[in-house]
Parts: sequence; C-alpha cells; structure tokens
Amino acid sequence: MAISALVPAGTQVAREPERRRGGLIALALLVPGLAYLALFFLVPFVSLLITSFGINDTATYGGYYYAFYWQNYVDVIAQYWPQFVRSFWYALLATVFALLISYPIAYFIGVTIREHKMLRNLLLVLVIAPFFISFLLRTLAWKQILSDEGPVVGVLQAVGLMGAQDHITGTGFAVVFGLTYNFIPFMTLPIFASLDRLDKRLIEAGNDLYASHASTFWKVTFPLSLPGVISGTLLTFIPAAGDYVNASQSFLGGPGTAMIGNVIQSKFLITVNYPQAAALSILLMAVIVVIVAFYVRRSGTDDLL
Amino acid sequence: MAGGAFAESGADLELVGIRKTFPGFTAIEELDLLIPAGSFFALLGPSGCGKTTTLRLVAGLEDPTAGRILIGGQDVTAVKPHKRPVNTVFQSYALFPHMTVIENVAFGLRRRKVADAVAKAHEALRLVELDHVASRRPSQLSGGQQQRVALARAIVNRPALLLLDEPLGALDLKLRRQMQIELKSIQAEVGLTFLHVTHDQEEAMTMADTVAVMNHGRIEQLGSPQELYELPRTGFVASFLGQSNLFPAEVVSTAGGLITARTAGGVVAMPHERAVVDRGAITVGVRPEKLRLLSEEPPRDGLENVLGPGRIVDVSFAGASTQYILQIAGLGEVTVFEQNMVFGSVFTTGSEVWVAWRREHTFGLDAAARVEAAEAAAAADPEGQAA
Repeated sequence: MAISALVPAGTQVAREPERRRGGLIALALLVPGLAYLALFFLVPFVSLLITSFGINDTATYGGYYYAFYWQNYVDVIAQYWPQFVRSFWYALLATVFALLISYPIAYFIGVTIREHKMLRNLLLVLVIAPFFISFLLRTLAWKQILSDEGPVVGVLQAVGLMGAQDHITGTGFAVVFGLTYNFIPFMTLPIFASLDRLDKRLIEAGNDLYASHASTFWKVTFPLSLPGVISGTLLTFIPAAGDYVNASQSFLGGPGTAMIGNVIQSKFLITVNYPQAAALSILLMAVIVVIVAFYVRRSGTDDLL
Repeated sequence: MAGGAFAESGADLELVGIRKTFPGFTAIEELDLLIPAGSFFALLGPSGCGKTTTLRLVAGLEDPTAGRILIGGQDVTAVKPHKRPVNTVFQSYALFPHMTVIENVAFGLRRRKVADAVAKAHEALRLVELDHVASRRPSQLSGGQQQRVALARAIVNRPALLLLDEPLGALDLKLRRQMQIELKSIQAEVGLTFLHVTHDQEEAMTMADTVAVMNHGRIEQLGSPQELYELPRTGFVASFLGQSNLFPAEVVSTAGGLITARTAGGVVAMPHERAVVDRGAITVGVRPEKLRLLSEEPPRDGLENVLGPGRIVDVSFAGASTQYILQIAGLGEVTVFEQNMVFGSVFTTGSEVWVAWRREHTFGLDAAARVEAAEAAAAADPEGQAA
C-alpha cells in the first residue's frame, strides 16, 4: 500500500523538474524580446498615454503638468479631424493604387516567368533595388521631377494638359503618388511570396472545369493569394496613414495636404505642445488598430494564414 | 434545359496527324488515333513517351504543333480548355485547397450555371462514397479520398470525354487495386469515354478495353490487352507489356502458312500471320508461361517448338508459379513460368532440361526487336532498375 501510493508520486516528482527546466529555457529565450518590448514599447506607450492627459504649460517652452485633462482629445479632434480624414483617405488611395500596380508585377514574377529563374531573380532585385537608396532622397528626387521647372510639368504644359498656374507638387495628387511609389515594394513582396507558392496545376484545373481565365483568376488564383494581399495592404496602409514625409511641404505636399503625421510632428517639434501631440498619436494608433482589426476579421485571414 | 449541357453519352476522340515539339525536344512525333465513344482507352508507356503530353493536348492545356483534335466529330483544336467537353483527373488531383470538398465538386457545374449544382455534387460524392466528408477541406482527407474527390469533381460534369492522368500513381498498392475496380465500374455506370494515361502495364491491362503502347512519341501498337499480350508486334511491346523470351533467328522457309526459322538452339516454326517479317533475320518470341519444361528431349510432333538442352541456373518460387531461368547454349537466358501444380519445385538448379511450346504461341518480330526489348524492360521497371 505504502509503496503503490509512493510510486506515482515519485514518477511525478521525477518528471516535474524536467518540465520546469524546459519552461525555464523558453522563458530565458523570451526575456530579451520581452525586455525590449517593455522598454521600447510599453514604457513609451504608458508615458505617451500619461502625457496625452497632461495640461500644456504655456509659460515654459515644452512644459506641461500631469493631470487628467481628457479635453485634450476633444480639442484635437475638433481642430484636426480634416487631417485625420485626409490621412486615411490618402492612405486608402495609396493602398489601392499600390495594389493595382503591384499585383500584376507580383503575378508576372511569381507565376508567368516562374520557370525562368534568372529573369525572375533579376526582376525581384529590381523591386527591392530602391531600398538601397534612402527613401528621403528618392522622395526628394520625385519632388525635383514633378517640380514646376521639371520635365513632367513642362511637357504637360506644352501639350496644354496643364495651365501655366498649375502645379503637381504641393497637391494631394503628388502626396498620394509619393505614398504609392514608396510603398510598392512592401505591397509587391508579400503578394509575390503568395503567388510564388501557387500550384499552377490549380489554374489548369480551373480552366479544365469550365472556368475562363478571368473566372479562374477570381475563383482560384486571387483567393489563394489573399494572405499576401492582406499582408501587403496592411504593410502599406498602416505606415502610409502615419506618414509625415510625403505630405510634408519640404517634400511633395503643400499647405492643403497636411496629414495627421505632419500635425503630430509639428506639435512635438515646432509648437512643442506635448499633451496635444500625445493625444493625436494615441488617437491615430487607436483608429489604425480598430480599422486593422475589422479588416483582418472581415477578410477571414485567420483561416488563410 | 440545363441538363442539355451534359453529354448524354461519351464521344469519339480523334487525333489526326498530331505533332508536338517543345524547344529542344519532340514530345509527339506523329500521332493518329481514334478512340470510339464509350470505351475505356489506356495510353501506356514509360515516362517521357509523350502520353501525358497527348492528354494535355486533348484537354487543351497545350497546343499541338501540327494536327487536329476532334471530339464527337467536332474540331476542337483551337477551342480553349474551358470550352471543351472534357474533364481531367489530374495526377496530383489539383483540388482547390481553399474550398471544401463539396465546393470543389460543384465548381465546374457552377461555372456552367447548371441548376442544382450542389445537389448534383452531392450525388457525385455519393457515387464515390464520400458524401460524409462534403464539408471538409481537401487537406483533411487521405490520399485515396482526395483521389476520389478529384474523380467526382470531373465526372459530375458528365464530360463527353474523361481524361485520367495517372490518377492512381500516388496510392499504395491495395488502394490502387480497389480504385481500379471502382473506376471501371463507374465508367460502366456513367458510360463516358475514358482516356487513361499510365505507365503501369498491369493497370492498363486490367482496366482498359483498348490499350495503346506509346514510346518515343509514337504509338507502337494498339489493341485489346489480350491482343497486345498474345501477339506483340514490336520488341518494345513484347517486353513492356509482361515479359518475353526473344531469340535471334534466320528464316529458312515459308510454306503451308508456316514460317520456319533457325535459332542457335534449334529450328522453330510459327504461323505466317504471327510474324512481322518473313525473310532474312527475324526475332522469335514466346511468353514465359507458354513454355513447358521437360527433363528429356521430347519427340518432334510437328505441333510444338522444342529448344534444348539447357541447364537451369536459377529457380525462384513466387507462390502461384515458379520462375526458372535456364541457359541454352547459343541462345542465352530463357525464362519459364511454371504453375505450381505439385508441392515444391519440380526442377532444381543445374538440371538439364528442354523447353517446348505450341507453335501458335510463337510470334515473329523484326531483327531489331531485342534492342527495343532491353530498353522496354528497363523502362517498365524503374524501381527495379534503381535497386
């Protein structure tokens, strides 16, 4: 009796430290990542959250004192809702255009020329090549190309498509153009990754089962590339909504194209109203999280990823 | 009205002067073929013989370099794959992974806007006994189940012509035998024309009414499995379809409907119509199970061919039969299959024996047959070759 009662207990004792050791190793491996997240995400986030409820002290440069002044949020929404709306509108347009441009590129590289390894790799390098130059420089280059003295405006004015007083830079068009251009690689690569894995025999099976090329694309190819499309659109939309470079007046934007990123930047660095800047940042983050959560849910990604 | 989209029965398939070249090689040299409606036709050949290319041409997934394809008398050479009355069961099944089983099966019906697509799809799934997994994803099924879903997805459309591209290749032996029987009974039930591509000679023989043996982009011989087996016309067929003993010989006389030829081991005779050449060098062939082993030289009775004496070099017991390999001076190795009518082997290694067989079981091939046969034997058994 005594022995039989002891044996299972004994084996359990023997197994327990082993499991605990495995848990300890996992924990040890997680510590750097968790510490990083705590230090560089959680702490700044809490700090930002606290700041967003602070009261701006107009007497000192950049000063504010801690409070629970939630009216900051009301104020910034009342004052800057047009920039909010514009940010998401521009980001949405840039995402749609980037998708329309990137999908054919990704399809061409991943499906059409899949067997021609050399050409495929060359085109992939070309997609990634812009990363070798700072995107600030590339955006500045576009500013030059699209400037009033640049070739594009010159030609359009010469053929009468643009009046003498019209500009490209400083318009919403230029900002959306810049956003689209800058995020095309982020859209192309995930879609390419999805399409590269696509079994071409499924396309043949679609054709064999009375589906035209277009119908096969919408019923077979596109649904199977959805994980890539969703990653690509998220990788484009999220940073584009918070972007403050393209819309900046030093780059492609003008007085009427400010996005929420530009407002936050000027609140932090120029007018040094930290509580309002923090409130705007928190709002931007919250809206993006809600949109993304809704989007991922609607597209049923959990099933595909 | 929608029912009119279904083929009432199978349709003839006719290939006229088909040629297909890819950059760097020729897949099909020259192909003329007529497959009658309602038949179960097998294209049999080693990998790279052009059989899968032929199938893809019929499906419209490849365009022929030259020639015409007619289905039910209509020229479909320029018709796009999705407009051909043809469905394929792919070697890899190619089930759509993002759809459930029932969605896969209903796919073709929905594209053609057939009424009650789902009900018809369920019916097809019941035919392959898989209706209970209708709402699962293909990845949740076993290989054999996936194969049956692929079959249901094709036959639900009642195509005039069903193409099967080595559909049983990925299954294990037991399941393959079971599916062979099922496929055959489904074909009989639905009455469609089946074009089955395979490299498995046993599969082709057990399932098809007509078999075409393909090699190097050409059809070597076409006929019923029995015809091909009993009267092969080329060395390739003689060795790809079962085994054959082939001896080099010289025709010495043709008289009374008999061709007499001299081999290094003796004189043999065969009916004239069973030989493809009647003068000069000839290859004499006979199937191993047609041979009788004798311990004494038999009297020549004018009905049988006799070769010998030879010596048994190998005996291997295979359950229902025993395979003997003997050496006959000047002829090389001869393979004999003997039914195990008595307990244990009758002959042992080293015994002196004669072989005898009926003249009408002999076939005559051209002089190059032995070279083709060696190639076919290697191609017929890639696993054995690798081992």
